Amino acid sequence: MTLEPFQERIRDAAARGVALRLRGGGTKDFYGNEPRGEMLDTRTYAGIVSYEPTELVITARCGTPLSEAERLLGENGQCLPFEPPHFGAGATFGGCVAAGLSGPRRASAGALRDFVLGARIVDGRGRALAFGGQVMKNVAGYDVSRLLAGSLGTLGLIAEASLKVLPRPAAERSLRLEMPQERALETMQRWAAQPLPISATTWHDGELLVRLSGSTPAVAAAAAKIGGEPLEPSPWAAIREHAHPFFAASPLWRVAVPPVAPPLALPGAQLLEWGGALRWLAGAGDGAAVREAAQRVGGHATLFRAREKSGGAFAPLGPAAMRLHRGLKAVFDPAGILNPGRLYAEL
Amino acid sequence: MGSRLSVVSALRAFLPARAVLHEEEDTRPYECDGLTAYRQLPMVVALPETEEQVRRVLELCFSMKIPVVPRGAGTGLSGGALPPGDGVLLSMAKFMRVLRLDPRAGIAVVQPGVRNAAISEAAAPFGLFYAPDPSSQIACTIGGNVSENSGGVHCLKYGLTLHNVLRLRGYTIEGEPIEIGSEAPDAPGYDLLALAVGSEGMLMVVTEVTVKLLPLPQCARVIMASFDDVEKAGQAVAAVIAAGIIPAGLEMMDRPATHAVEQFVAAGYDLQAAAILLCESDGTAEEVDDEIARMKAVLSQAGATRMTVSRDEPERLRFWSGRKAAFPAVGRISPDYYCMDGTIPRKRLGEVLRFIAAMEKKYALRCPNVFHAGDGNLHPLILFDANDAGELHRTELFAAEVLEKCVEVGGTITGEHGVGVEKINQMCVQFRPDELELFQSIKRVFDARGLLNPGKAVPTLAR
Repeated sequence: MTLEPFQERIRDAAARGVALRLRGGGTKDFYGNEPRGEMLDTRTYAGIVSYEPTELVITARCGTPLSEAERLLGENGQCLPFEPPHFGAGATFGGCVAAGLSGPRRASAGALRDFVLGARIVDGRGRALAFGGQVMKNVAGYDVSRLLAGSLGTLGLIAEASLKVLPRPAAERSLRLEMPQERALETMQRWAAQPLPISATTWHDGELLVRLSGSTPAVAAAAAKIGGEPLEPSPWAAIREHAHPFFAASPLWRVAVPPVAPPLALPGAQLLEWGGALRWLAGAGDGAAVREAAQRVGGHATLFRAREKSGGAFAPLGPAAMRLHRGLKAVFDPAGILNPGRLYAEL
Repeated sequence: MGSRLSVVSALRAFLPARAVLHEEEDTRPYECDGLTAYRQLPMVVALPETEEQVRRVLELCFSMKIPVVPRGAGTGLSGGALPPGDGVLLSMAKFMRVLRLDPRAGIAVVQPGVRNAAISEAAAPFGLFYAPDPSSQIACTIGGNVSENSGGVHCLKYGLTLHNVLRLRGYTIEGEPIEIGSEAPDAPGYDLLALAVGSEGMLMVVTEVTVKLLPLPQCARVIMASFDDVEKAGQAVAAVIAAGIIPAGLEMMDRPATHAVEQFVAAGYDLQAAAILLCESDGTAEEVDDEIARMKAVLSQAGATRMTVSRDEPERLRFWSGRKAAFPAVGRISPDYYCMDGTIPRKRLGEVLRFIAAMEKKYALRCPNVFHAGDGNLHPLILFDANDAGELHRTELFAAEVLEKCVEVGGTITGEHGVGVEKINQMCVQFRPDELELFQSIKRVFDARGLLNPGKAVPTLAR
């Protein structure tokens, strides 16, 4: 399997000034700004390149189904610690990294970007380049492989990525407590200051759900401390994949704030995750008001799912930041043909 | 380019006399960092105290096309703070305040000159700590840690500096303010924080760092395990990971290293062992009991000849004291030493150690080894006498071969100390010309004139 077909395609598109739409399984088509360009299907380059449980790293080609990678990890008692959402059966390994989305475990384990160890890319000139490697302690050169996480294909085609993996927890238990949002926020902050093995939290409609993960005695001790009722079946896959009915609303805003931010006074239903750092907002009318409310508390808002996103999905960047972004885009993709406009109109 | 006099007088327009050093006796202390084999007197040393002063220094240097090298505590081991003979050494040492510590939010906002250990000291009364713990932590600064993406013994469990920093503020070489990251997760746009952390002072000058604080573990215990064979010890490391255990710290020392440190700190190390492992567990009392039992079982199965578990906090610190004092300890047994820093896949540890032993014979130099075994990050310590020109040269050749070996077995030339000037040649071994060219292009986006820390970390293509 070679990168040559991708390289040729990209070189050709750059020469003709034609936009390319890098796409895996299309499960994140709804995310970001409207995709455009001639389709480049990344699924033709697939397969697990290497996996060493004792090295805590998995390397796979972009078109590898995410479910295949996760199944292999599961068979070896390991997992992707950032618990990525798939949003569909066809989610690919490369698309997962390019979208940069993390799931319920992010607040305790870290974000997708924290686990990127290396990547091979094809840049906007069709050059095959490799950055990082397969080891966590690696500070040679600039951290280009981590820069690619969440870049939505605008900096290059992520042909192959190496991700750090971790053991699955020995025990897991979920609990449910009833309380309003303000008390839920207070409670989650109190827990965060203690060494509790909390791997996920969600608040919605008067209910605080918490997942404990770790060694059996640690989980048991924490459950006794926290109280509440046992929660079964596990709700976390539905929350992660947005199968929970709350997420059916449109538009759906994804508001990221410092976890200590007070409840957001915005119309519409809310669902909180990540100890209060992630606040989903359903059906809110005024986009400007949402963005302003987020900014006021030191956060930012993404129009996550909506029929109408012409105003731009992501929070606007200031002029100095945009200058740097445009500079970096020009370095990786001088002809501006890779997923143009997907992240911001200017990139 | 300006002459020393013109630069000094331009700086004195907005900096007090005490903040502008140019006489040799005043600039001499800045001539090198922790890599003392490389020395260069800076033309001028500037010691700003406010952000406005930093901005003006940079604006001035940009307009006069004068190189600028930022410096924290000067503890770096790769020559990252080696001054420019024709430029300004920008010391951030006076930026040493903890600006805000919010225990509820679990963050601290600090100036770059704050010592790494000082952050944890400030957080301790709230039951919190700052996790990354380079061995130089009582002296090194958080600004320096950000520049190098420093690690430390506990980064296996808690991550590198990058994983523990939320936000940076600073200035570009043009004196333009720049803010990267956020206290909210997933800042929009490209992950500039990942680019900036580890950028070795080449993209921006940092004036404020927001770090994550974590709850102090309720308790911590460390196992000291002896092995009669270095490869067995390496396999034991793999076995611990294979058992699904992520220790808080997992370090290895070979016999020469153990002997050197035992003379220095009398930590009670087993001098007969070919290698010793320090394997730590932290967490709640239940977690630690459970984990220590599992670790002991794995290490025993892997052939540990002796195991001791720390019984209390002073004993735990004593067990670690040797490992943490490894560098000064070898300083006692040799006039000079060259500390190396490469990372390799754990499974290649035995092979690389045998290679190092072969190099010891080839170059007739001793080389004790300490490792962040859990990460595969090695610190071979080549002992030499700098007064003997032949030894210094052989040391450099020895080191180059080891770093190239690291790349060959699928690792990297630097796990945590940075490239600086020290490993700049080996960057050409680890990266291809296209990749180096991309790095240079990234640099130009931030610093088109190439004034911030020139000649460091990324080789020019002429090399």
